[in-house]
Amino acid sequence: MVEKRVRALVLTGYGINCEQEMAHGYRLAGARVTIAHLSDVIEGDINLDDFQILNFPGGFSFGDHLAAGRALANKLKVTRSFWNRLKKFIKDGKYIWGVCNGFQVMVKLGLLPMIEGKFGEPEVTMLANDSGIFEDRWVRLLVNHNSPCVYTRSLNELVLPCRHAEGKIVVRPDLRERLMAAGYVVLQYADEVGVPTEKYPFNPNGSEAGVAGICDDTGHIFGLMPHPEAHLFFTNHPNWTRKKVELFRSGIRTLPVEGEGMQLFRNVVRQAAEDFALMMPGEIEFPNLQPVGN
Amino acid sequence: MSDPITRIEVRPKSGFADLLARRAAKLLDLPPTHLAGGRVYYLRAAIPDYRAYQLAMNYLADPLAEEVIIGEDTTSECAWSIEVGLRPGVTDNEGRVASEILAQVIGYPLEVYFARHYRLKELPDVRVERALVESYSERLGNSLIEQFRIAHRASGESPLPWQFPAVGPVQLPRPFAVIELPTTESELLALSQQRFLALSTTELRAIRDYLADPAIAADRVAKGLPVAALTDVELEAIAQTWSEHCKHKVFNDRINYRQGDHLEVIESGLFNTYIRGATQALAARCDWLVSVFEDNAGVIRFDDDYLLTFKVETHNSPSALEPYGGALTGICGVNRDPAGTGLGCKLIFNTDVFCLAPPDWSWPLPEGVLHPARILAGVRKGVEDGGNQSGIPTVNGAVFFDERFLGRPLVFCGTGGLMPKAVAGSPAWFKQILPGDLVVMVGGRVGRDGIHGATFSSDRLSAEIPASVVQIGDPITQKRALDFLGEAREAGLYRAITDNGAGGLSSSVGELARLSGGCEIMLDVVPLKMPGLEPWEILVSESQERMTLAVPPRCWDKLAQLATVRGVEVSQIGTFTDSGQLVATWLDKTVASLDLKWLHETGLPRRTLEAEALPVEPGPEREWTPERAMADVDLEDQTSTLLALLGSLNICSREGLIRQYDHEVQGGLVVKPLVGSKSDGPADAAVLRPRLDSDRAIAISNGLGCCPEHGDPYRMAVTAVDEAIRNAVAVGADPDHLAILDNFCWPDPVHDPRYNPDGKYKLGALVQACRGLHDASIAYGTPLISGKDSVKNDFLGRRPPVETWPTAAPLGPGASPDELKLSIPYTLLISAIGIVPSAVRAVTMDFKLPGDLIYLIGLTRDERGGTQWAKLQGMGGGVVPMVDALLAKRCYRALHQAMQAEMVTACHDVSDGGLAVALAECALAGEIGSRCDLSALPGAAELAVAAILFSESAGRLLVTIAPEDRARFEALLTDLPVVCIGQVIASADITLKVRGRVVVRAAVERLKRSWQETPQW
Repeated sequence: MVEKRVRALVLTGYGINCEQEMAHGYRLAGARVTIAHLSDVIEGDINLDDFQILNFPGGFSFGDHLAAGRALANKLKVTRSFWNRLKKFIKDGKYIWGVCNGFQVMVKLGLLPMIEGKFGEPEVTMLANDSGIFEDRWVRLLVNHNSPCVYTRSLNELVLPCRHAEGKIVVRPDLRERLMAAGYVVLQYADEVGVPTEKYPFNPNGSEAGVAGICDDTGHIFGLMPHPEAHLFFTNHPNWTRKKVELFRSGIRTLPVEGEGMQLFRNVVRQAAEDFALMMPGEIEFPNLQPVGN
Repeated sequence: MSDPITRIEVRPKSGFADLLARRAAKLLDLPPTHLAGGRVYYLRAAIPDYRAYQLAMNYLADPLAEEVIIGEDTTSECAWSIEVGLRPGVTDNEGRVASEILAQVIGYPLEVYFARHYRLKELPDVRVERALVESYSERLGNSLIEQFRIAHRASGESPLPWQFPAVGPVQLPRPFAVIELPTTESELLALSQQRFLALSTTELRAIRDYLADPAIAADRVAKGLPVAALTDVELEAIAQTWSEHCKHKVFNDRINYRQGDHLEVIESGLFNTYIRGATQALAARCDWLVSVFEDNAGVIRFDDDYLLTFKVETHNSPSALEPYGGALTGICGVNRDPAGTGLGCKLIFNTDVFCLAPPDWSWPLPEGVLHPARILAGVRKGVEDGGNQSGIPTVNGAVFFDERFLGRPLVFCGTGGLMPKAVAGSPAWFKQILPGDLVVMVGGRVGRDGIHGATFSSDRLSAEIPASVVQIGDPITQKRALDFLGEAREAGLYRAITDNGAGGLSSSVGELARLSGGCEIMLDVVPLKMPGLEPWEILVSESQERMTLAVPPRCWDKLAQLATVRGVEVSQIGTFTDSGQLVATWLDKTVASLDLKWLHETGLPRRTLEAEALPVEPGPEREWTPERAMADVDLEDQTSTLLALLGSLNICSREGLIRQYDHEVQGGLVVKPLVGSKSDGPADAAVLRPRLDSDRAIAISNGLGCCPEHGDPYRMAVTAVDEAIRNAVAVGADPDHLAILDNFCWPDPVHDPRYNPDGKYKLGALVQACRGLHDASIAYGTPLISGKDSVKNDFLGRRPPVETWPTAAPLGPGASPDELKLSIPYTLLISAIGIVPSAVRAVTMDFKLPGDLIYLIGLTRDERGGTQWAKLQGMGGGVVPMVDALLAKRCYRALHQAMQAEMVTACHDVSDGGLAVALAECALAGEIGSRCDLSALPGAAELAVAAILFSESAGRLLVTIAPEDRARFEALLTDLPVVCIGQVIASADITLKVRGRVVVRAAVERLKRSWQETPQW
């Protein structure tokens, strides 16, 4: 019998640049993953129906010209056939995940948060960081337990890198309260003591109430500015060499392999397997990294 | 009749940040409230206002945060308006994206031009005259590439319309002009200068001799080419191919080198003797070398399945004129080198090193020289956009300040790649081309931008330069092209690839053609950015984002089809042949035909250059008297000196700069540029896992040698090599699996009685530096795999009206008194790439746990000449740092073993600012203190306190280990200069003692503040 595993589609092209590490996260989480150029999806060579999870990875689509994510969102919007297939994908209860530039694209497309349920109508937007510059900076994130978000289930906190120039989330004024109250907010930047903050540099962009990631009311459609796919491994953490020394000193000589971003991939793959009656990924998926050759 | 133009302005709604205005206010030093900004899109089409508004709101603006104005804005309150747009023909990225999107919406092609709009309100207490506004506009843009529209709105003046590039029929250019080669020297020289050829009279005479060959003449008659003369297409192709930039003449010429009474003839040139020579001597020991000095980048083995490529280039001249564009095309240009090596590769990291005059420069500037702060801001942004938008992490770099870089800043950009060992069964690093293969151009189109880049950079810089040498790059177009090429490679659709860089098609196709033995290019089918380019311009234009392929005819259809789907332009522009000739045609008429072997190998006459060693004066007999050197023995407290050094320009934190580069993309960075408990300490080198499925990693580091006045170029080269290697070893690289690249940047080393009277000494210094490089490479067993040189780093202009001038270089008799020459110091950048056998054994420089023992590896001597300490004290001369390379290599090997045994908890190289600064950096990165007694250093009794603390003797590393590892660690380093100098402590302060006295005591927090508070640029 052919294994029927969860299938994830990772988009690339037009300046998207995090597709490899995004795909790797799925591989490690036990999904079958396809990296496809957007033009192949638009042309229909790749059939969205074959997949349960659609991913908009980070990058600089169209060089962030016009505004981050806007040009790519425009391109998708004017491609009616793709637009309709995307609608069906969502209606089927499938999963869409955007990171950084992918999140910006989703917001500009009006896929998130859909508080009023109107597909394609932007309710929030993303503006330039208060600092006015691009920054690469690791941040501490608090997970909202009231959120239906599938990806962050069982998590309390996350440490991930932010790498963007336009990450300040601004909500349409009449929707602000509903966004904050109803669990659309999934992640918030936290300060040193673990409280949501608007303070730089803990909040690198000045996002209101420290909002770093949001989802729709099903918890299936999710976008965030920080990069979980850049923390798949223990050695991605900016302080892993200190942690290693501390572990060794306490007598533990085995280091963790997995990074904090991995759990998001595991969560969505597992839930998609359950939803669509596909093979549950095994427990020991994470390969022991061995040097190859010398 | 003028074109129909629709103007759309997008600006922030009230209550939202106005970034354009904020940035402009900062540049102009005005209160932000007096400025307002907008993005303006000029659509070349007649579009009804309501439709334009709809398009703008849906596709150009953010409906939640921005508003749209159609047509000229006549209602907003302002005194002046300034609009800044690119000159016709300069790459307009914003306009191009808007055009691509809008064309898709409206269903027909549409040209869009982009401009930035600024409204300046009345300023209190200042009467703003037109002249002031014009000076503002010059600061908001660069007239070399941008144009301005200024209007006094208060008096109702409306701005003049933009000059857009002409449309409509353009006169067909003539195929070629005939260029006669004159007979007299002065006429030959005039010809070279008029056409920016940078060819010498000897070279022009060699061309004349070539034409006189009867066989050549007969061939030319048959092809309808002039016989005793050249076509302009041919002359330009020769000039680009033979330029210093492309041919590295200085490194290949014969050199008579005099040292005192001794004359030595360096017969086979600097490159063959010292650089290739060193690698050849080491090749047998380094079985991991794959392709060195052969291709666009060096290639070494990574693991059983993959190879690594690495190349570093400079982009100095363009960055001096248009810093943003210069650095952007610099980084995107060097991306194409690994991408054009072998069959191409995946680009996995970028590096950048800037050498600039201090950003707080307060002297007047000579005309034609930009302020160093402006250059820094521009080049930083250029590398940011080039690297970040391409999805390549910028992992390692440096910024070095010295007054002598005022006339010519140095911008080094490097790129590494990961290449599969084989593609479809054949080695991926190897190129071959068969006659009949198609010449295919991929990516951007050819424009008038970037004409004469190679010859221009082969000459000194002056205030008069043609604007066409400056370009703006387009990283996204390049990324799309490189992504497409990756797919084409996997599918086996081409046989060879190379980049289009300096010299344009004449260079790229010319070099590939050597593999098949000839080529024929049809210049009339090359896609152009604008009509009307002359054939010679098409052949030599260096327009960016282009690669050249050799494609078997049977693969063409598939390649073209894939390109169409991916939105990448590919065009067949000719055929590779085995005719032995580089032939170019224009509408079936031959416009150039040159013998390929002559053009590339035999034609260029070799010069004999004169070099002389200037006696090296180590200094004590200069102002550096032994008394003065020891005078500080009784100075007890050196804390203030340490704090001053930490805050000095060449040592202080680079965090603000580093954070603006994406160093995490691709997910493999293990040791980041910023490390430590708060991720703000200075890492020695980067460690990167290029394969997400393997623990094997690489280290990338650099060592920058910049010779102090009267310094020793030999020592400079040796210590630069040491620093690069030491930095890599400090993070865990195997010292026996390291390769280095050299980038020489020199003032003109070729004698000229008027402009370069001391040229032979500069060449002498170059010889010494090459010897240092050679000797160090051999001693460390570290081969050179690639390199590049830039040997015309001088500026010639007018002296500003001030009495004294800090950095002028000498001119010879005949120069007028108001002429000013600025020359850079001798500079050598060494970049290293090496293997870190296992990522989890990488080491960072921050102190980790209290109780850890601190060791110093290597010998400390009084080598304070040219150091950061000497600079702070205003002392010239002195003994410059050196290293015993053989001893250092043994130390590095032993240290690497200790790292592999996972004993080392932190490791940091001792470099700028010496031991005290290195200890302070480890402490501030770890936010934890230390106590050290430096009397234990070998020979400490003979050294002044300041020498112990601040000497920059090379070959030294600080290491910490757990106390229980003491015996194991010391056993590994038996017989080596290693000494335990102290311990990491729980309290956050550092104390350094010498001979029983406390000479430095400071809270770690205070150290950190000094290190961080220097303004970030």
